[in-house]
Amino acid sequence: MWNYEKRLQFPVKITQPNAKLAQVIISQFGGPDGELAASMRYLSQRYTMPYNEVAGLLTDIGTEELAHMEMISAIVYQLTKNLSMEEIEASGFDKYYVDHTLGLWPQSAGGVPFNACVFQSKGDAITDLVEDMAAEQKARSTYDNILRLVHDQEVCDPIRFLRAREIVHFQRFGEGLRIVQDKLDSKNFYAFNPEFDRCKE
Amino acid sequence: MSGRMNSEQENMLRNIGIVDFVTVEMTEYLDTHPFDREAMEYFNHYMRMKNQMMRDYAAKYGPLSLSVADTCSKEWKWALQPMPWEGGC
Repeated sequence: MWNYEKRLQFPVKITQPNAKLAQVIISQFGGPDGELAASMRYLSQRYTMPYNEVAGLLTDIGTEELAHMEMISAIVYQLTKNLSMEEIEASGFDKYYVDHTLGLWPQSAGGVPFNACVFQSKGDAITDLVEDMAAEQKARSTYDNILRLVHDQEVCDPIRFLRAREIVHFQRFGEGLRIVQDKLDSKNFYAFNPEFDRCKE
Repeated sequence: MSGRMNSEQENMLRNIGIVDFVTVEMTEYLDTHPFDREAMEYFNHYMRMKNQMMRDYAAKYGPLSLSVADTCSKEWKWALQPMPWEGGC
């Protein structure tokens, strides 16, 4: 189960609305390498992960990703607060506005709705952890791309925080993969899938 | 919404965020290093600090978590807290 704390993991306080930027940053909410996909990926994979440390890691990182989703949502919310009709039309935000007004809805920057097919839960420890490491790097690249587009310090600060977390999580998943491999046959990691095949007694 | 935050409240909230960050970072580290005693002591130190700060904040401005909600209060302060996405902190 979960408990909620009524605060953000890192402060988001944006005073200058910018609907154009919001349309780019929303990708880290509902896009292919976004925080919603990240949390659903880890929180789905953990059930069949046979090693406690790694199942615990998936739980704790998956939980932190929920806090990141909240930060990204707060950024998009604050960037689109109190927009005038003129700003909505001039920024190209009209296409989002017509379906969602100023409500938050998970989609990519290109307008593609969130889709569970952007992540896997394969039921194979090595496969899933390698996916998780790649996912952290894909999110890091996305944040790098966002930072090239952002010139507002109030937006940069929380985005830089989130980018740094991707690097730490990549490191932790690498350690998780090492823990899994240490428990497998060092001559053939693929001799069996520890999430499915049973050891001979 | 219970109005705008004053600077002391904002500072307390910011400091809770800083100390909490240490506990998040150490939790994930300890998940893959469960026998690192030095890291466990570090975690314990900051977790105790965070718990105290959460109680101090709740006494002044209301609870950030239901675990520190004052059950003797005449009003449900949890519902009166500002929402975190409104830019308080």
